[in-house]
Parts: sequence; C-alpha cells; structure tokens
Amino acid sequence: MLEASGVSKSFGGLKAVDSASLDVQAGEIVALIGPNGAGKTTLFATLAGFHRPDAGRIVFDGREITGEPPHRICAAGMVRTFQITQPFAKISVRENLMVGAYLRVDSRSEARRRAEAAATQVGMAGQLDRLGAALTVAGRKRLELARALATGPRLLLLDEVMAGLNPTEIAEIVEIIRAIRASGITILLIEHVMQAVTSLADRVYVLNQGRMIAEGTPAEIAGNSDVVEAYLGHGAAKVLRA
Amino acid sequence: MLDPGILFAGVLNGLLAGGVYVLVAVGLTLIYGVLHIINFAHGSLLMLAMYAVFFLWRLSGLDPYAALPIVIAAAFAFGYLLYRLVIGRLSHGRDENILLITLGVSIVIDNVALLLFGGDTQTVETPYASSFVRLGAAFLPLPKLISFAASLLICAALGIFLAKSDTGKAIRAVARERQGARLVGIDVDNVFALSYGIGIACLGAAACLLMPTYYVTPSSGNAFVLVAFTIVVLGGMGSFAGAAIGGLIIGVVESLGGLLLGEQLGQIGISAIFILILLLRPSGLFGARQ
Amino acid sequence: MTRQDLLPGLALVAAIALPLVAPGYLVDVGMLVFFLAFIGQSWNISGGFAGQTSFGHAVFFGTGAYTSTILQITFGWNPWLAWPAAMLAGAIVGWIIAVLSFRAGLRGSYFALITLAFAEAFRILANSLPFTHGGLGMLIKADPRPANFQFRDPIWFYYLALGLCIVSLLIAWQLTRGRFGARLVAVRENEDAARALGIDVFAEKVKALSLSGAIAAAGGTFYAQKYLYIDPNIAFGVDKSIEMLLVTMVGGAGTIFGPLLGAFALTGINEATRALASVVPALKNVQPLSLIVYGVMLILIVGRLPDGLTVLFRRIRRHA
Repeated sequence: MLEASGVSKSFGGLKAVDSASLDVQAGEIVALIGPNGAGKTTLFATLAGFHRPDAGRIVFDGREITGEPPHRICAAGMVRTFQITQPFAKISVRENLMVGAYLRVDSRSEARRRAEAAATQVGMAGQLDRLGAALTVAGRKRLELARALATGPRLLLLDEVMAGLNPTEIAEIVEIIRAIRASGITILLIEHVMQAVTSLADRVYVLNQGRMIAEGTPAEIAGNSDVVEAYLGHGAAKVLRA
Repeated sequence: MLDPGILFAGVLNGLLAGGVYVLVAVGLTLIYGVLHIINFAHGSLLMLAMYAVFFLWRLSGLDPYAALPIVIAAAFAFGYLLYRLVIGRLSHGRDENILLITLGVSIVIDNVALLLFGGDTQTVETPYASSFVRLGAAFLPLPKLISFAASLLICAALGIFLAKSDTGKAIRAVARERQGARLVGIDVDNVFALSYGIGIACLGAAACLLMPTYYVTPSSGNAFVLVAFTIVVLGGMGSFAGAAIGGLIIGVVESLGGLLLGEQLGQIGISAIFILILLLRPSGLFGARQ
Repeated sequence: MTRQDLLPGLALVAAIALPLVAPGYLVDVGMLVFFLAFIGQSWNISGGFAGQTSFGHAVFFGTGAYTSTILQITFGWNPWLAWPAAMLAGAIVGWIIAVLSFRAGLRGSYFALITLAFAEAFRILANSLPFTHGGLGMLIKADPRPANFQFRDPIWFYYLALGLCIVSLLIAWQLTRGRFGARLVAVRENEDAARALGIDVFAEKVKALSLSGAIAAAGGTFYAQKYLYIDPNIAFGVDKSIEMLLVTMVGGAGTIFGPLLGAFALTGINEATRALASVVPALKNVQPLSLIVYGVMLILIVGRLPDGLTVLFRRIRRHA
C-alpha cells in the first residue's frame, strides 16, 4: 500500500533521514521505532508531504506521491497525526473533527455525523462540546487520532499517540488502534512504548541516525543485537546476553 | 536627463536625511532584536518626542540640540514605563497580537496629541536654520549636517554601550538566547523594559535632530512608521549594521525619488522597496538567507 | 424559540422601523453604523475567520471607490453597473496581494505590514496618476435619481446600508456553518494541522482575501455614491484600514456579529463626543476622544478579551 525507497532528507548539512526504505501492506499495523533523534518524525513528515525529500521515491497505492503537497496526499487517503498535538484550540472537539470530515463531504450534517462517528471510535463522544484547548493530554492525543480518522483515510500515520499517557490510557488506546485496523484501515506508527509495539505491530522497522537498521517481527527485533546497541550503546548487546 | 550637479546634491541631501533615519531604525531594530516585538507605535512615539522638543523650545527657548540629554532621558523613561505598564503586561500569544497592542498604543498617542496640541503644524525656529555649507556644486543646510554627524555619533555610542557595558552584554545575551540568559540569572523582563526604553530613547535623540529642519503634526508618526519599517526590513530585522546602511539607502531613495518622479509619486519608492524586499528577500539585503 | 433566537429578529424590525419614527440625524447615524459593519465584516472574513490580520484593507475599499467612480465619470457607465465591476476589481486586487504574499510565505505581522505598504502604494499612485485626478480627488456630479445610484432622501441610503449589512451577516453566518468557513478557522488556528487534514492552506487564504476584497470594494462604491466625492486619503488612507480593523477587533474578530457590535460602539462613542463638543464649547476639540477610547479598548481586548464585545452576547454567537 505504501512503499518508500531510498528516502533522504537533510537540514542544513545534517542528514535527518538517510536513504531509508520501508513498505506497508494493506491491513497491517507496522511500527517504526528508534532512539530519540533517529529521524522518525522527519521520515513521517516526508512521507506525508510536509518535507520534500532530497532523494528517493514514495509510492502510495500504486501512484507516486513524491514531493506532492500534504493536502493532496491526505486526499489520496494517507493522513498523519502530530507527536506534539496540534488541536484547533478555540473551537469545539466536534468542530475540530468536522474540519477533517469536510475533506470528503460538503454537507454540514454529513460532516457532523462523521465527526461524531470518529469521536465514538476513539471514545470521546462525551467531549464533543469541549474546546480544543480544554482537553487533557490524553484527550488531545485522542483528538489527533479522531481528527485523522474523520478524513476517511486508508492509511494512518500515528506519531507517538501514547507518549505521556498512563498505563490505563495506553491500554485503551491500544484497543482503539486494534479496532481501527479491524475496520479496514492500515496503520504505520511511531512508538516508544515497547509493550504496545509488541502487542500491536505485525512488523517493526528500526531507524537509527537516519538509517533503517533492521526490519522484522517484534520478536525478531527484540533479539537483534544491532537494535539493542542502537538503543543502549555500543557493546550493550554482549552485556545483556552474558 | 537631470543635471549631474542637482543629482549630486540630491544624493548628499538624501544621505543627510538618511543619517537621522538610521537612529530611528536602530531603535526599532533593537526592540525587535531583543523582544521580537514589531513596535508599530514607533512613529507615534517619535512624533511625541518631537512635540517634547517643540514645547521645550517654545516654553523655555531651549535649542533642540541642547535639549538632547533631557529628551533622551525622558524618552527612555517613557519607553521603560510604557513597556512595564502596558506592552509587557498585555503582549502574549501570536505575534500579530503584539503588533495590534502597539497599534492600539499608537492610536491612543496620535489622538491624545491631536486632543492636546491640535492639528496645526509646528516648527522650531533656530538662528542657524538657513545657514548653508557649500560642498562642490551642492549647498547643504548646516543643521542637517550637524544632525547627520550627531546621529552617527549617537549610534556609535550606543554600539559601544551594547558591546562593552554589563547592561549591554545582558541585552545582547537576551537577544541571542533568552532562555539561556534567564538560566544564568539575567532578569530578562528588566532587560526587555530597558531595551524598549533604549529603543525609544533613540527616538528622543532623533526628535532633537529632526526638529531644526522638520515640522511636527499629530500625524507625523504615520509618515515615519513605514520609512522606519522599510529601513529595518531592508537591512534585515534585528541587524544594527543593516539598519545603518538601510537608513542611508532609504534617505537617498527618498531624495532621488522626489527629484526624478516628483513630489507625489516620488514617495512610492519607500513602499515599493518594502513590498519587494518582503516578497523577494524577507531576511533583508544583509541578513542570512532563511 | 429562546429569547436569544428572537433578538436578531427584533433588532431587524427595529432597524427597518427606525427611519419612520426617528429624526433624520439618527437615520444618518444608523446608516453609518451599518456601512461600518459592512466594511468591518469584509475585514472579519480574512482577518477574523481566516486569521490573516491586515493593516491595509483600505486598498480594497479604495480600489472599489475609484473603479466605479472612474467607470462612471470617465467612461460614462451607470453606477449600478459599475458596482459589480468595482467588486470584481477588489477581488482581483485581493487575489494578487494574497498570491504574492502567501506565495512568499508571509504570515502574522509581516502580512499585516505588507498590506499596509500596498495601501500606501495605491494611495501614492492615486495621488499622482492623471486618470484618478491626483490629489484633487474625484467629484461625482449630483443628479439624484435612483437609476443613478443617488437618492434625494437619505432614507434610501439607510436602507441600502442596512441591506448590505444583512448580506454581510448572512455571509458570516454561512461561514460559521459551512465547509469554507470551517477551513478558514482551521487555517487560523493551526496551519500545520489544517494542512495535515487535507486543506490547501494557500488556496483557502487566497479565496478569503479575494472575497474580502470584493466586499470592501462594494463598500467603497457605496461610499462614493453617498458622498459623491473621493480622494486618495479618503479612499486609501490608513484611517480607513484602521477603522475596519478596529470595529472588528473590538466587536469580536471571527464572530458573526462582532463587526456590527463594534460599529455600534465606535459610532456611539463618536456621536457622544460630538454631542458633548457641541453642547460644551470648552470641549469643542474633544473629538479625538472617541479614538482614544477605542485605542484603549483595542489594547485591552487583544490583551485580555480576544472575543471582543460579543462576550456580552455569548449565546448568540455559539452556533455550531
């Protein structure tokens, strides 16, 4: 469904993403992990059209979308969320979600219906009338997710929707993501919460210093010494195994 | 084709006018560089300082140049308090909100001036007003020469103050890295108020240097505000050297625009430069490319 | 039906009935309020809903005033026909300024300042070019016939202004209910999030400024026909830009009734100071007082009360 090959992106000489490739099949949940500063968010932003890649090719649903603006990519069915949540602060949750829904429908009542459906899907139907600015961290994370869902995507790019949540809230979000996949939406997610990655993801990609260093099932990745070293430093794998 | 002698005189006169613009623009760019505030009240505050110079002369016969220390000190105090009491307290959020606050300040100042001073044009008469110095084919008004020299001297003094004094170092530290400055114990809010005060003190000085050859009305601020912004944008927001060079360029552009295009159309040079710089090179001629 | 739903209806009935019972002076004041609310609403579309603060909306107002007046005087057009042409000109100027500025990535204060510079450039051009008659301004020959967009009885300008004001309120109401308005608000609140949700931010901003330009230009033509005279300072002067911004910011930017409330307040304060000045001779120069009050209100509202005077009528505002 999504195929990125050899994608690179530099900022002023610093290579944030260095010839990274990944692919996501329809119906999968794929996780992208890596230490802080590995370039995960930059890769996401590049996939979603927020940065134009310096090199590489991005194909979505058989169509090349390299360098297209975000609004086209979103219209094609791939939508991202933000790690640092970006609610529309001065309007209600319902209105926030309707902005997403208006991508596919022109009618106010239909947009409203879709907004409410998306809110129900992420369990915030009770908060539809609250202002974006009045939400808790958990509420803002759900709003990000629901707003993306309201655009009627086929592929969701979720950037750390669990960061800053407590274990109960994480368990709830994990269930929500499962349900979203069950409804037929493919998911690519950046995540630091490893239990969540293990329990959700079919496959995992590991990015370190802009390069893709490993790919496999969660179990394979957990046993990969390159990955352990990327996280814990050089020589760590040997120590752990001993 | 214009006579080269007239052109030469036009360039020189433009440079002289630009010399005082430099002082106005340095105040604006200092405030921007330190506080990241676009001070829309800059023109109105200059107008207010020009009235101060006028009334000092009218009421006590004080020569505008002799008024420099008084007006600079008063302008500094006014700016410091304006920041502490109004701008600093209410300016938060989006940058255009801060612009709107300073717009509100300028509306209040303009209309208070209109209320108190009336709409008449006021000028200061000095014995040297019509003295000229001959330079080649050009006759240069003596007060403009004095003001030009004084303006550059004051800018240089300000530059030395910022480079050498402890306060100046604190100001530069805040301009570069305000969080870091806070961490090393600099009272950032006080530096903001000081910088705003110094920016307005520049206007006090400029007012003293302008009044021997200019006039003042409550709407004088409007005339200066776009000029000041154009200089600062041309030189690169926050850049001192840029403001200096930009001020001289704009002085010459204004003078030659008047000569070549006539009194009315000649003014378009300022807005045209402003628009083109923002559209084509928003970091300014001398700023780093974004 | 609640009391809040009734309020606009009652206000409308009162507005229609006013000229039948009130003295001519009040009719003129009422006309001013609706006219100001109308041009304020033009600022509100781009500045309030879409969040693109402009310091130079007079550029559109003046474009409208000059376009219809030149078509009328120089080319002999009927002013009613020149009116849509003026709106088209306003929309085109809005489109050009928007495309240039937003293509260059100007936002916030920089956008505000470049609009100011555009208005100033237009003012200088109108001051210097032959076909605008330069600083002399343009005088429309008085020939009070309705077919001529001139009326002997000021009541008709009152009703026309009321009609324009209602149309502008309907446009704003539509913005709070439809897709276009929702997108503008999204752009105002957070451009990155709007982009991620499939909004073409650039295109929406250009549309907003073009629409706003057309409406302000319609106001310019109305002004020219009412007073039969325009000059560069009236048409493109910074005072007009500030007036449009002020009524909207003070009344409540991004709300349906903000510009109308702001226009009421500004005109009310204005008339009160004028009355004071005429009654007490010692105060004959207090007219600037109204703008002083308004400047202070702007400072306080931006600093403390971003929804403006509409907080007094909160429940009217909250539709959605």
